[in-house]
Amino acid sequence: MLAFALGVVLLRNPVSCAMSLVMSFVALAAVFITLDAYFIAVVQVLVYAGAVMVLFLFIIMLLDLREEKRRRVRLSAWVGGGLVVGGFLAALIQVISALPALKVTKPLVSHPLANDVAQVGFALFRNFNLPFQIIGVLLLVSTVGVVLLSKKELK
Amino acid sequence: MPTLAHYLIVSGILFSIGLGGVLLRRNILIIFMGLELMLNAANLSLVAFSRFNLLADGMPNYNAQVLVFFIITVAAAEVAVGLAIIVALFRAKQTTHVEDLNTLKF
Repeated sequence: MLAFALGVVLLRNPVSCAMSLVMSFVALAAVFITLDAYFIAVVQVLVYAGAVMVLFLFIIMLLDLREEKRRRVRLSAWVGGGLVVGGFLAALIQVISALPALKVTKPLVSHPLANDVAQVGFALFRNFNLPFQIIGVLLLVSTVGVVLLSKKELK
Repeated sequence: MPTLAHYLIVSGILFSIGLGGVLLRRNILIIFMGLELMLNAANLSLVAFSRFNLLADGMPNYNAQVLVFFIITVAAAEVAVGLAIIVALFRAKQTTHVEDLNTLKF
């Protein structure tokens, strides 16, 4: 998963970047399955590896993006970016490895093959019914916004 | 056996790769893919916390998974809107390089 994620950042051709992003998402879904989150894994494959990647590839095709020209790389930008990312990662790993409360192994679930989808559905429709409907409105608004944005000229 | 700290470190590395992509790449589509990687890293840590903090009846904490579901939904909406903006930008400027978009530069 991490290798494919690195491929997204390092590869030069946008189509290869999108393909390694797909593989990274699928590998992340596999990690979700090892964490007994079957519903989230399936949604991850459907939404990200399916819908989002089709959208990305469609836009790459629409804009007819070619392989990037080798531009003059500004060394200061790479050094600054690398410092920020490396510093963030070092601080994070230091904090995580310093906390003893995080060094727990996976506790056993009481029903390993319990109905995962039903449990998520109960939580979604009983405890989180209002946010669920707000999400529906958000999707509608974004659909309208996309149609408005991609019209040729606004009246 | 992997511990919770291992999952969190993997999530942090994934987030850093996404952050590096956002900071270092000059193509606006690749910047967008970096954003997606960062959202996925957050999802991974939420699912790990849900699995490692069991409820009293020994089931995973499903509230976290509902939150992950909401994040995935919002990310899908965000991708749609963002790509529409990129298409509109490409129509206006004929480029996807962020260095060519310097109208606001002082």
